[in-house]
Amino acid sequence: MHFLFATREDLYITLAKIGILLFIVLTVNAYLTWFERKVVAHIQSRWGPHRVGPHGLLQPLADGMKFFFKEDPTPAGVDKFVYYLAPLLALALALTSIAIIPFGPQPLHLHGRDIYLSIAPPNLNIGILALFAITALGVYGVALAGWASNSKYPLLGGLRSSAQMVSYELALTMSVVGVLLMAGSFNLSDIINAQGRHPQWGIFGWNLWPQILGFLCFFTAAVAETNRVPFDLPEAESELVAGFHTEYASFKFAMFFIAEYTSMITVSCLCTIMFFGGWLSPFPASWTFTHYLPSVFLIPFGLWVIMDGFRYETIFGRVVLPAAGTGITALGLALIVFPHINEFIQGPFWFLSKVLLFLFIYVWMRGTLPRFRYDQLMAFGWKLLLPVSILNVILTSFVILARMQWGAK
Amino acid sequence: MTEPLLVFFILAALAVVGAVSLILQRHPIHSALSLIVVMVALAGLYLLMGAEFVAAVQIIVYGGAIMVLFVFVIMLLNAGVEERTSLSKMAGPAGLLLAMALAAFVAATIAKSGASVQAAAQTGALSSTKGISEMVFKDFVYPFELTSFLILVAILGATVLAQREKS
Repeated sequence: MHFLFATREDLYITLAKIGILLFIVLTVNAYLTWFERKVVAHIQSRWGPHRVGPHGLLQPLADGMKFFFKEDPTPAGVDKFVYYLAPLLALALALTSIAIIPFGPQPLHLHGRDIYLSIAPPNLNIGILALFAITALGVYGVALAGWASNSKYPLLGGLRSSAQMVSYELALTMSVVGVLLMAGSFNLSDIINAQGRHPQWGIFGWNLWPQILGFLCFFTAAVAETNRVPFDLPEAESELVAGFHTEYASFKFAMFFIAEYTSMITVSCLCTIMFFGGWLSPFPASWTFTHYLPSVFLIPFGLWVIMDGFRYETIFGRVVLPAAGTGITALGLALIVFPHINEFIQGPFWFLSKVLLFLFIYVWMRGTLPRFRYDQLMAFGWKLLLPVSILNVILTSFVILARMQWGAK
Repeated sequence: MTEPLLVFFILAALAVVGAVSLILQRHPIHSALSLIVVMVALAGLYLLMGAEFVAAVQIIVYGGAIMVLFVFVIMLLNAGVEERTSLSKMAGPAGLLLAMALAAFVAATIAKSGASVQAAAQTGALSSTKGISEMVFKDFVYPFELTSFLILVAILGATVLAQREKS
């Protein structure tokens, strides 16, 4: 298939990028579960996982092993083909959507080649549309799982999820139109660069301020689209046992689980790109001293991990934590010593920080908000989100039109 | 055989297999799934021709929104396996005949057109987002608005029909 690429090397580079990104995304997924359990536990005045490994850090590994070794029964009366297809579809589509996200502005120079920090080419003109196309197909994983299980609770969960996703997809798509109008492009890199038009404005140049309505609609719709609290009606455990994945066990359940967390990451990346300036720094471009911020975060954090490690209860923790802390501190120091690496890391640093912020908000909401009732959910989507996002489109278009007519030339 | 042509044939075969499976499947959900395969294969064909926007919209609108509604309704009504009555069995040969006639007609038209049919990439202004929007909102704005009016009327009709009568 190398004719799809300019050279054979491009094919190998893309394959390598897919492998690396897959590894990173799956690891982040695993630790997102740890992060979620820890944060929710602390919100509820508990400790969260802390038995497996220091601070429970090996808990995701144990969970993963459990998924592998659990019995994987296929219930009687299921539609076998669709029953097996559904988790595959959910996982494959969720992972595909990550391929379109650009993680940094500058290509990595290696042996005279420019390697961009996204699997899709940086000039992918339909970036955001391709993402929406993939999320549009993502409904099938949940809906078909519910149907194929041949059981009433999954069926109800699948029905709820398809109705919910169809309703919120409208608001999701409409709320981005304002951003697209301002950027004049579907390309994700163009959308980010449009927010950096005034390098001195920093955080005030982001789409967040002119598109605050769009952002609120987008984030709400996106949470609903990923079936998370407070919109997790398809898997409401108090009503539907576990919703669409009630009849799934072992690794097929894990596939749904990974798909859900991956789409959380995708949505956080999208929020960052569309409204929070992507890889742009929140500070004016002339403040070059802010380039040392990654080190300012990393070095104290590394030192704290070392200190905490020496005091840790278990021998294992007393070895592993200081070692990890030393690595983090060394990384922070390296960023000061090598200006090239520091320059390169700025974009990904801000991008990942913002993504982490959104992931925290996801978890925070799960720890604090109660679930919507089903009719409230539908009324909210159709009667509030959709009109507000349409209003946002009209307002944005009028402002852009007025600027073109009378604005600065 | 050039390599894009190979991809074309793979996608085209996928679309045809999906379409045949759509007719042959006994269960409505399986038929709907086959139709989704057709839609996605068509989107791949558009992508091969350089029409990125059309490909994305094909998946979003047809593969996503419309087919989700199909699946939703089938699930909601809990439709079972299709029943074969004597009438539907009779429709089989007639349909086959019609399909063959259509295929012959299309083949004859292609053969008659003389010029070789090109599957070349249309990366010009026409296939880009800007080209499409200029065509829809400038050149063909009245037909476009008429179509949207028609859809609006259909939506209103559906809403009226769906409303319960006030007692």
